[in-house]
Amino acid sequence: MPAAIHTAGLTRTFRTKNRTVEAVRGIDLTVEQGEILGFLGPNGAGKTTTLRMLTTLLPPTSGTATVAGHDLIADPKGVRERIGYVAQSGGVDPTVSVREELTTQGRLYRLSRSEAARRTEELAGELGLTALLDRPCGALSGGQRRRLDIAMALTHSPALLFLDEPTTGLDPGSRADLWQLIRRLRDHRGMTVFLTTHYLDEADALADRLVIVDDGRVAAQGTSAELKRTYAGAADAGLQDAFIAITGRRTQREEEETPVAV
Amino acid sequence: MSHVFTDTGIIAGRYIRQTASSKLSLLFGALQPLLFLVLFGPLLEDLHLGEGGDSWQTLVPGILVQLTLFSSAFAGFTILMEKHNGVVERMRVTPVSRLALLLGRLVRDSLQLFAQSLVLVLVGVAMGLRAPVAGVLIGFLLVGLLAAALASLSYALAMRVNSPQEFAPVVSSLNMPAVLLSGILLPMTLAPGWLDTLSRFVPFRYVVDAVRDAYTGHYADGSVLLGAAVAAALAVVSLGLGTRVFRRVSA
Repeated sequence: MPAAIHTAGLTRTFRTKNRTVEAVRGIDLTVEQGEILGFLGPNGAGKTTTLRMLTTLLPPTSGTATVAGHDLIADPKGVRERIGYVAQSGGVDPTVSVREELTTQGRLYRLSRSEAARRTEELAGELGLTALLDRPCGALSGGQRRRLDIAMALTHSPALLFLDEPTTGLDPGSRADLWQLIRRLRDHRGMTVFLTTHYLDEADALADRLVIVDDGRVAAQGTSAELKRTYAGAADAGLQDAFIAITGRRTQREEEETPVAV
Repeated sequence: MSHVFTDTGIIAGRYIRQTASSKLSLLFGALQPLLFLVLFGPLLEDLHLGEGGDSWQTLVPGILVQLTLFSSAFAGFTILMEKHNGVVERMRVTPVSRLALLLGRLVRDSLQLFAQSLVLVLVGVAMGLRAPVAGVLIGFLLVGLLAAALASLSYALAMRVNSPQEFAPVVSSLNMPAVLLSGILLPMTLAPGWLDTLSRFVPFRYVVDAVRDAYTGHYADGSVLLGAAVAAALAVVSLGLGTRVFRRVSA
């Protein structure tokens, strides 16, 4: 079975008048079909740039990649047809109704008018959005909005779903619901999920395998237990300890949440 | 290529439904030009404005182009809001044609401008405007081309900048001299020689002159053709630039 994502030497350099920034310095990555991959790294490690390249939003400077069976550089349209993407900040217009957003999204994936309408009802049912279909997106709670973002990404039944920090800003209940949904997508649909997160507990609980990037390169990869054993000395150690050992830093989220002694 | 048409229809449909549900913004969009017409127009009624037609045949075409300049030049604001909400990025990850992302918006802008222009002309007629139907239709066509050109540039700029604070000053500082030098409110033939000469470097002047000549039924004296050529050239160049930006830019 071919890998859902395979990259070799993927790089991205940003050039301005005054300086050149190598945001990604050669990422070699393989994500198997049907796995949930946690893509972690400290702030500025190259996570977002890598994600943007893999979702066709940013062309790589060099390297090769195959995403969902299509060459990222030669056939970005083929990639777009097979992936779903949920951005960190979502992607819905607060003034537009849930139904309008879902149906238009279906139409953008070449569904006929009636197919798009049927798929809208189907997804709304699956994700608990039926009662909200005629409300403006701006009237939804954070958790409801996130479910809508995911429903939008699932309109065309993609083989591979990219989730960029999907639980940021959600209350614990909504977060737990979302974890359950992500697991369901993998278990029931065999969907591959590429997940970036700053929450190490989330990565630990959800991901089948973790890739930790630092300074634009893959610094470590393996299952959570493997990383803990290799870098923190024991399989039952905290993932945070392994993360610090690998990167020398806490995640941005952990830094924000660590109380400052006074 | 067929996807471009289908996708343009889908994108246009989304924005038309969105605009139609906000009738208040449609009304306020046309309010300023209507105020010009109702509160400024009567001041010019007995003045000789140096053109072939009467004051309404001079003022209404000018206000039409003014409406086009303002509504189209600021069209990019909607993209800034959509970028902020992640809508542009979400659409760019779908297989939708990049050209359709621009064209769909332009279709909505053109229809909105047409509706507002129609109201403006009808109010103008109630105020005393008399113009041949063919001339009025030519006027709509010319401002439609101009709108496509300016809105494309506006969208391209909005895709390139990150905030309204960067976008608004650029548009305002380009728009104001364009309005003053195009002879929108009064014909530039009334201007001193140096100002008249300066205004000839502003392409919008030719469109204003062309719409005025169309409203007086002077289709054959060359200015209508020149205005149409200028508007079409602007539209082609701006659409090309807009498409390039929509294809390339990382939103």
